[in-house]
Amino acid sequence: MRTVAAVLLAGTMLAGVALPGARAADAAPGPTLVFTAIPDGDETRLVERFGKVAAYLQARLGVPVRYVPVKSYPAAVTSFVNGGVQLAWFGGVTGVQARAKVPGSRAIAQGAEDTAFRSLMIANRGTGLEPAPDLQPAIAGRTFTFGARTSTSGRVMPEYELRKAFGGRAPEQVFARVGFSGDHSRTIQLVQSGAYDLGVVDPSVWDLDRKAGRVDPSKVSVIWRSPPFPDYQWTMRGDVDATFGPGFTRKVADTLVGIDDPAILAPFGRSRFVPADNAEYAPVEVVAKAAGLLD
Amino acid sequence: MTGLDRAVRRIGFTGVSLAILALGIAAAAVGDFAVTASHPGPELLRMLHGLLTPDLRAVNLWALVDTLAFAVLGVGLGCASGFVLALGFPHLAAIRALCAGLRSVHELFWALLLMQVLGLGPATGVLAIALPYAGIFAKVFAEMIEEADRPALRVLPPGTGAVSAFFYAGLPDLIDQFGHYTLYRLECGLRSTLVLGFIGLPTVGFELDAAFKAGAFPQAAALLFSFYALVASRHVWARPWTVPFLVVGAALVLPAGLPGGDAWQNLVRFATRDVVPAPLRGADLLSGAPWAAAFGWLGDILRHQVLPGALATLVLSQVALCTMAALALALFPLVSRRFAGPVGRPLGRALLVVVRSTPDYLLAYVLLQALGPSMLPAVIALALHNGAVLAYLLGRQADALAYRADAPRGANLYFYETLPRLYGQFLAYALYRWDVILRESAIFGILGVATLGFYVDGAIAELRLDVAAVLVLATAALSLGVDALSRALRRALRVEPGARRRGGATSPPHLELASGRQGMTYDGT
Repeated sequence: MRTVAAVLLAGTMLAGVALPGARAADAAPGPTLVFTAIPDGDETRLVERFGKVAAYLQARLGVPVRYVPVKSYPAAVTSFVNGGVQLAWFGGVTGVQARAKVPGSRAIAQGAEDTAFRSLMIANRGTGLEPAPDLQPAIAGRTFTFGARTSTSGRVMPEYELRKAFGGRAPEQVFARVGFSGDHSRTIQLVQSGAYDLGVVDPSVWDLDRKAGRVDPSKVSVIWRSPPFPDYQWTMRGDVDATFGPGFTRKVADTLVGIDDPAILAPFGRSRFVPADNAEYAPVEVVAKAAGLLD
Repeated sequence: MTGLDRAVRRIGFTGVSLAILALGIAAAAVGDFAVTASHPGPELLRMLHGLLTPDLRAVNLWALVDTLAFAVLGVGLGCASGFVLALGFPHLAAIRALCAGLRSVHELFWALLLMQVLGLGPATGVLAIALPYAGIFAKVFAEMIEEADRPALRVLPPGTGAVSAFFYAGLPDLIDQFGHYTLYRLECGLRSTLVLGFIGLPTVGFELDAAFKAGAFPQAAALLFSFYALVASRHVWARPWTVPFLVVGAALVLPAGLPGGDAWQNLVRFATRDVVPAPLRGADLLSGAPWAAAFGWLGDILRHQVLPGALATLVLSQVALCTMAALALALFPLVSRRFAGPVGRPLGRALLVVVRSTPDYLLAYVLLQALGPSMLPAVIALALHNGAVLAYLLGRQADALAYRADAPRGANLYFYETLPRLYGQFLAYALYRWDVILRESAIFGILGVATLGFYVDGAIAELRLDVAAVLVLATAALSLGVDALSRALRRALRVEPGARRRGGATSPPHLELASGRQGMTYDGT
């Protein structure tokens, strides 16, 4: 027993001495550009995707760049508001939330696909529901899951369309049960397993999960596509130029727009990035305010 | 003697049990306990298969080290500040109120609030554990000091100062008890730390969450087993002489995490803006209009969030309390020598220890995935975890009973002797778990059951921290109310320590768990 304890203790002490060194190794001198992203899908993919972005940005910008994963949409926004991260890959709604809380922050780039994004409604095959151009009355009374509460394509925009289609009734009144899965990959899994009959998801996550073989077309299928709206974007805090030097925000925006490596773009489900600005997200803001998500 | 005392004594153990059961049945009738998943079978089978084929490559030593570090620092800080608070606990009502407030808020709620100020840095994780634990430590240490029989104090020369007396004659008699209790709390702290990973701190829970979300059950199983190993081996690494190494090591290895920005600036913003009720922000506080608006705002929250959330929380916790009690009564023979025998007992203990080491939050999370959203997964999780704790304690009490040489066996022994003799302790322990279950029930809202946590989660997603604060306060008030009721019932039934006892010697479960005699040990002593 004592031997085991001694070994463990020695291990602990060694760890205590060696680990901080090991951990400090990636912290180069000078300020580090830290960014995060809303966790909208499978975490392994997020780590892969943003690890590549971090390496790319670090090489082009000449400053250390680090990606910090978070567990929820509000945690991403809070990190940005608190100044823990300077840059974030937000959805439409989370971006609007964050920019409202941090004066001077700006949307700097978005995916080419994000200018006209759509949400997909998916259904478990067991429901027998068929694709339709409009929201069909037959979906009422089913069980239904959104993604995260502040997801643009996984909640806010589809809820707006649902209310319009069902005479202003809230989703809770239309469906037998309404849940929040937390992210789009979860939504797909939950609808596929039959935990919910229906769900709404982000088309880029749907495509990526399908390519990864995680979608079983005999169990789940798309039954509706929403009208278009602006969605994801890179948002930068306003105080970044003061830390990293004048023109830094511009440089980051240009670097992001300049990404043409398919190895980086493919895990995003984006063909390329294009410039963005705050005003483009006004429609999302209006809907989020109407839904009571924003003051 | 109050009216409640008289009423409770008239109806006795039977009456109180039946009343709690009746409330439980009523709650089960109004609550939503459906299996909503259309095919729960295959998903459960996949989980079981994963459990049997753990993928050990998924084990991340870093996450284990961080889990240990957070738990050691959180519990250590809680213990140290709890000790200081315990000294003033009997004398100052303000300290008692502070401690009650600290422990009435669940560590997960603390973490969600602290994240707003400190970000995802190590301070958030350490404080989220240290704050509620300080309240618990203070109360328990104070109880231990009060109950201790301290012979050394009586032989001190007259005129000895209170401080010297305490440190030279009082503390030495208590230090073992404190140590055992702290070790027990460290086990709780490890579980709490795991759960904090689900909201983003870099513990094993962070990876477990990712594995479960991805449906990678073999990886999840391996992570879970690595956590069990950490908990089960704590008697090896948590020794009095390893404490300094653990604390220093923990402080050194804690990851920088997400730099939180300027903590002071964030605190000022949080206190002066974020948690100020929206109608009062920047308003002229001397005029009546903002105050009227604030009352309307509060009324809205109370009506549409606190009331339904509190009802759901009470319904869930009541059903869980009854299920837990039934489960404990059914399971405790597994760990009692007379019922399980010399072979069955160690197996029963191992089973209960594993179930107990699994945080109920994690159980609920997993079951929700398989069974679909309703209160059912939450009830199963709460009943299993707390039932295992309770059964463990009851089994030990059952072994401590003195039986006649010609005592009956099997069912006759159980129903005619053991159960009647243990019933007082059983009720006391069950009532002790009540407010624990209530706090957990509130938390499960984060997983999607519409208890108070559901509304807290919503308020945080909308960045309405003023609303979140009201909801957390409401949860704390509910928890304090249940705690007070539980205490009043225990007192009236005279199953409270210090009172004249009816069912044999009963210490509070935490003291029982902490007493060094036996064990929360895993090595079969």
